[in-house]
This record gives sequence, C-alpha cells and structure tokens, in this order.
Amino acid sequence: MKKKSVIDSSNSPKVDQVGIVERAARFTKRSIKKEAKMQGLKMVLNMIDLTTLEGMDTEGKVKQMCYKAEHLHDELPGLPTVAAVCVYPNYVGLAKKYLGTSGIKVASVATAFPSGNSSRAIKLRDVKMAVDQGADEIDMVISRGKFHQGEYQFVFDEIAAVKEACKNARLKVILETGELGTFDKVRHASDIAILAGADFIKTSTGKIKPAATMPVTLVMLEAIRDHYYQTGNMVGMKPAGGISTSKLALHYLIMVKETLGEEWLSNEWFRFGASSLANDVLMQIVKQETGIYQSSDYFSID
Amino acid sequence: MTKKSKKKTWDLVPAPESTSHVNIQSEYGLFINGKFQKSKKGKMYDTINPANEKKIAKITEATKADVDTAVLAAKKAYDNVWSKMTGAERGKYIYRIARILQERAREFAVIESMDGGKPIRESRDIDIPLAANHFFYYAGWADKLDYAFPNQKIKPHGVAGQITPWNFPLLMAAWKIAPALATGNTIVLKPAETTSLTTLLLAEVIQEAGLPPGVVNIVTGHGPVGAHIVNHAKVNKIAFTGSTGVGKYIHNALAGTDKSMTLELGGKGANIIFEDAAIDQAVEGIVNGIFFNQGHVCCAGSRLFVQESIQKEVLKKLKHRISTLIVGDPLDKNTDIGAINSNKQLKVIKDYVKIGQKEGADMYVGEQVLPKKGFWCAPTLFTNVSQSHIISKEEIFGPVLAIQSFRTVAEVIKKANNTPYGLSAGIWTDKGSKLFNMSSQLKAGVIWGNTFNKFDPGSPFGGYKESGFGREGGMHGLADYIKT
Repeated sequence: MKKKSVIDSSNSPKVDQVGIVERAARFTKRSIKKEAKMQGLKMVLNMIDLTTLEGMDTEGKVKQMCYKAEHLHDELPGLPTVAAVCVYPNYVGLAKKYLGTSGIKVASVATAFPSGNSSRAIKLRDVKMAVDQGADEIDMVISRGKFHQGEYQFVFDEIAAVKEACKNARLKVILETGELGTFDKVRHASDIAILAGADFIKTSTGKIKPAATMPVTLVMLEAIRDHYYQTGNMVGMKPAGGISTSKLALHYLIMVKETLGEEWLSNEWFRFGASSLANDVLMQIVKQETGIYQSSDYFSID
Repeated sequence: MTKKSKKKTWDLVPAPESTSHVNIQSEYGLFINGKFQKSKKGKMYDTINPANEKKIAKITEATKADVDTAVLAAKKAYDNVWSKMTGAERGKYIYRIARILQERAREFAVIESMDGGKPIRESRDIDIPLAANHFFYYAGWADKLDYAFPNQKIKPHGVAGQITPWNFPLLMAAWKIAPALATGNTIVLKPAETTSLTTLLLAEVIQEAGLPPGVVNIVTGHGPVGAHIVNHAKVNKIAFTGSTGVGKYIHNALAGTDKSMTLELGGKGANIIFEDAAIDQAVEGIVNGIFFNQGHVCCAGSRLFVQESIQKEVLKKLKHRISTLIVGDPLDKNTDIGAINSNKQLKVIKDYVKIGQKEGADMYVGEQVLPKKGFWCAPTLFTNVSQSHIISKEEIFGPVLAIQSFRTVAEVIKKANNTPYGLSAGIWTDKGSKLFNMSSQLKAGVIWGNTFNKFDPGSPFGGYKESGFGREGGMHGLADYIKT
C-alpha cells in the first residue's frame, strides 16, 4: 500500500458538480444598483491585474499598458488605479521603471508559462530572473501533467520550491482549471497549492478555454474558506480570463463576499486577471456618473 | 467569517421589482360559468399583503348556493361540451393557457409575491414558470391518453372539486387544473382564503383562452366553502392539498361515497447529510430545504440529520450561510426569505419556537433585522434535538429547522421513517450505492439525492402514510383523474 500523504486526493473534500453550478448561478441573481454598484465598480477597477502576455509583446506595448494602468480615465478624477500589471519576466524591469512609485504592483508569469513543461531548474531560474528585476508578484503554473499522473508530491514540492525562490514576492499559483477536467480535481489542486504556500490561487493562464468560470472560482473559494477555518490564515483568489464585463465582475465580488466575507474584498486578497474588463468598468462608472453611456471610442485601448 | 472588518462594508441597496405593469381589481367576484359574478348573498373580505399588512383587494366569500351554482355549471359543461370533445381539442385549450401564463409571467410573479409574501426571485424563477410548464406538460398528454393507459377503457370522473393551499397558490392550481382538464374532467376549485389573487387571475387567463363556460369554475372563501365542495353530491372527485387535519376531515366526509380522492398533506421531511457528502453543497441543500418559501413547503427538509463526525463543520458553515441570507421585502430582487404568509401562521411558528426552547433544545436565530410592519420570522435552527422533541415530530411550516445527529445508516433510516408523515427526504453522500440503498428504504413519496426541493411536471409527487395518497405530476398524475 502506498503511504498516504497530506496531499493525497482522498483528503480533499468532494465537490458536487450540480450543486456548485447551481450555487454559482444564485450569485448572479443578486441585483447590484446605485451606490452599491458604484462602490463595487471602483473595487473591481482596483482589483484588476492589467495583463499582456503575448508572443508579440514589445517594450512599446508594455510602456503603453503601464501608462494606462496609472491613468485609467483621466477625464474622471478620483478613480483608483488597477492593482497590478502582469507581464512576462523579460519586461519586469521595464514595467517597474515605468510604474515607479505609483503603488501599482508588477506581477510576472514564470515557471515556463503557460505550459509549465520544463525542468525544475529552469523554472526556478525563470522565477529568479523576475524576482531579481523587482517583480512584486509571481504567477506560476502548476505541472498539470504530473498532477494528472498522480504525482501530487511532485506538484507540491515544486510549488514549495517556487515559493522559496519568490523571497518577498507574493506567489500566485495558476491551476489552469480548464485542463484539470473535474471540480474534484480543481479542489484537490487548490488544496495542494494552498498547503504548499500559495499566497493566491489563480484559475487560468488565459491561454486555455474554458478559463475562469464562476463555478470553478467558487470551488477554489471554498478551498480557501476551509483553509481559513482550519488555520485562520487568509489566501487570495484570482480568477483570470473570460471576465470581460462589469456585471459579471460584480457577481464575482458578490460570490467572494458571501463565500469568504468582506475581508477578502480588497486587492490584497482578490484580483481579476483581465485586459478588456477595465474599459467596460470605466464605461459603467461614467454611465453611473452622467446617466449616459458613452461610445467605447471614449475609452483608451492600451 | 469570524474576523471583523474595519473597512467600509459593501452592502446592497434595495432593488424592488416594479409593480407598474400590474393590474389588480379592487374587488373580485366568483368565476362561474365563464364569467366573474357577484355572490347573491356572500360577504366580501380583504386580502392583504403580509409584508406590510396593506389591503390589496376584496375577495368574495362564496355561499353554499354559489358552490351549488358552480358545481351545476361544471356538470353541465362536462355533460354537454367537455366530455364530448376530442383529446386533441382539449389539448389546444390547455396549451393556450400555458402560453398566456408565460406571456403574463411577470405580472403573475409580482402579484404572487404581493399576496403571499414569497420572494420575487422564487415566484419569478420557480412558481410561475413551473405552473406554465405543468400546463404545457399535461396539454401534451390530452390526446395521448391511450398510450398512458394502453388496452384500458378510461373515463374521466366528471366534476372534480379541488382545494388548493396558500403556500404555492398558482402552482398548486396548475398542478390540479392541468391534469384534470387533460383527462376530460370539469372543475370547481377553491383557492386558499389568504392567497386567492393569482388563481382569480388564472380565471382571467382561462377566459382569454376561450375555454367553454363552466369547464373551470373558481369559488373563493374560507374553510366552509371547501366543505360545501367536498360534500356536494354532484362532485365526483376531490383533490386536496393542505393540512393533515383537514385531510382527515375530507377522508371522513367521503367515506361511504363513491367519490374518488387525492390528498396531499403535511410532512416532516428528513434531510440526511453523511460524512462523505460534498459538505458545502449539502449546506446549500439544507438552506434550500428549509428556507425555500419561508419554510412553507409541505415537503420541506425540516428534520435535519447530520452524521455526528461532521456536525460541527456543518453547523459552522450553515450559520455562516444563514448570515448571508437577506430577509425582507418580497418584491426586492435580492430577498432570500420573504414574509410569513399570515399572522395566523406566524403565531403557529412562534408557538413552536417557544416549545422548542421549553424543551431545552439549543436555539440559533439569524441576525437579520426584521421589518416592523408585516409578518416576519428570522431563519431559526434548533440543535441538540432528539426524535422525542415536539419540534422534530410536528410540522412547523416555517423557517425553523430541527437538527439531530446520527451515527450509522441503519440508525438514520429508522429515525427518518419514525414519523407519521412520509412526503419527502433528502440524502447527501458522494457514494451512489449508499444513495440507492437509502432511497429504497426510506418511506417517503419523494426522495432527493444530493439536491432538495426540485420539481418537474414530469415527476410524480405525493405522500406515504399521513402525508396523503394519490400522485400529482407525471403520468401518475393522470391516473388520479380517470376511472378505468
């Protein structure tokens, strides 16, 4: 008999597929209006990790995005900035320089993003490169192949090693839920990531469909809640990919509020990985302020 | 969660459903022979909104003579028109009712919530669409009865007397009217006195659908009106949904007559959570089981059995979930728990809460602030309860849950069945074999596996023991409206 470890799948609570989908749908029945909507929209803006992760990323593109991160819509004073920008490791230095003292964090994907198919040594060097350039946050990917092979200890150790390499940077662990197959596996991977030291757990790279969904995010939030109940320690959550409208983002916040509580409603504990969400939120905020929807041409694309 | 936040909180603001599209008359007569008509001698009484105690409309208290007129109209419609019509023709009328109901769904939802106190989320997403679906479902059967009962010569009963409860007014009317029409019966129906409005609105729909006069008649009023229907010599079939007490009266009254009957009565459903269940989803199932429609549900999961090894976790999560439930204005789209249907029912619930405290069970009450006006009850849990507690024996019919722990499968089956009722049960486990083993041994008409309070027109519903007999819904629902 194989010795059971703490990260064995039998130690993870089971998830009922029908139930989780229904519960997630129930959050979308909440009607968020007026002041509550305005407050929610500003929270959403402030929780966005503005992201560019393309093969054709250039210095120019990264600079433009950094400027946008700080100046979301200067026509409307008093808006918050986004939480962070998220770039490949080779652009961390540049982003840090541009964002200066703005308070906007620089997050970098690492560990052979997005597939994670490389050696431990190369992954750790990838992390070190980003951290040495000043990355505030590291978004790593788990080894889904090893996970599907049942080598949970490998997955756990790898996350723990990356966490160590992060030094003071906060670690977001991407499960790539679109490749895991079942909610049970998402829950199990969440538990492994949390136990191995993740500061955040994150749904997706954005390269695989489906990316973030409400049910999958709820499974992960429940893992965070159970961990909090057991240890008193908070872990953050970042759904990424597929969240492009304000309405959906607000429903995510409702889900966080009702599952974890208001303590999680800040960018210290909750993020949206998104690139097109910000402009939709801005459009809604302007609509709330002026009563009129403006054309999307009034909102800058960077 | 336990940590208190120092930050500004994010609270929802009221989001009330508009009532501007709703058209309620100041008073309603009786719907007899295709027309709304005044009672010759009957008085009027007010129907009120339980959320603010404001009067909505005046309703007629039918007299014995009115019931007689209605039954004779139904008899005439049966003899002359409805019994001679082909199934396909009857089906057309039922489809028409279904479609008009769908078109007017918003209006029906708002009025159902105003008159009965249930949250608009439920009337909009469950009551009204499900009622329309019942008409669609049985419309389909009307010309296919030979396939439902092959090689049998079947006949409708004739005039069906139907009495519906106040917890799902329109839905229960649909459950009763749709199969009766599909099988070729004509109808005299009495809605509950506190919640007659949507049934009267349904009478408008029936008019609009052009049903021949007298096929469906609606008489309103209190208990005695129901008694007149039950005791009328020309009524051939009684279908009743309501309390076990009234059910026993009807059973007695019909003894020795050749009237056929269907009774759908009370319940004290066991909701059973095993340690191998998906706990978070089970907690959601507990909430749906007992707080759906303020607990005014005959098949509510009002007795919760939790395996002792997970009791602490389940309770902690359940209390957290209760803290997120919004109690208040039924017309607010964010409301999870609305108003108690009537002052009378609120008193019943409060009495049971007192009994529970007196019996020494531990009480936990949700921290929701209740509105001043109207009839309200916060979600309430009783723990450290045994089978011997009154609160786990009797039907409370409110948002009050009696929680017991158990150790083994055999024990929980025994305790779940240890009740005069037998309407519903829920089983929560990740193990399919356990689910099927349990479901074959529980004496309950409806057993849900890893879910609760799910309804579908295709699925029969009904009870064991003192929860009644006969089935409504599905092909089985047809059988109770025909003679073979």
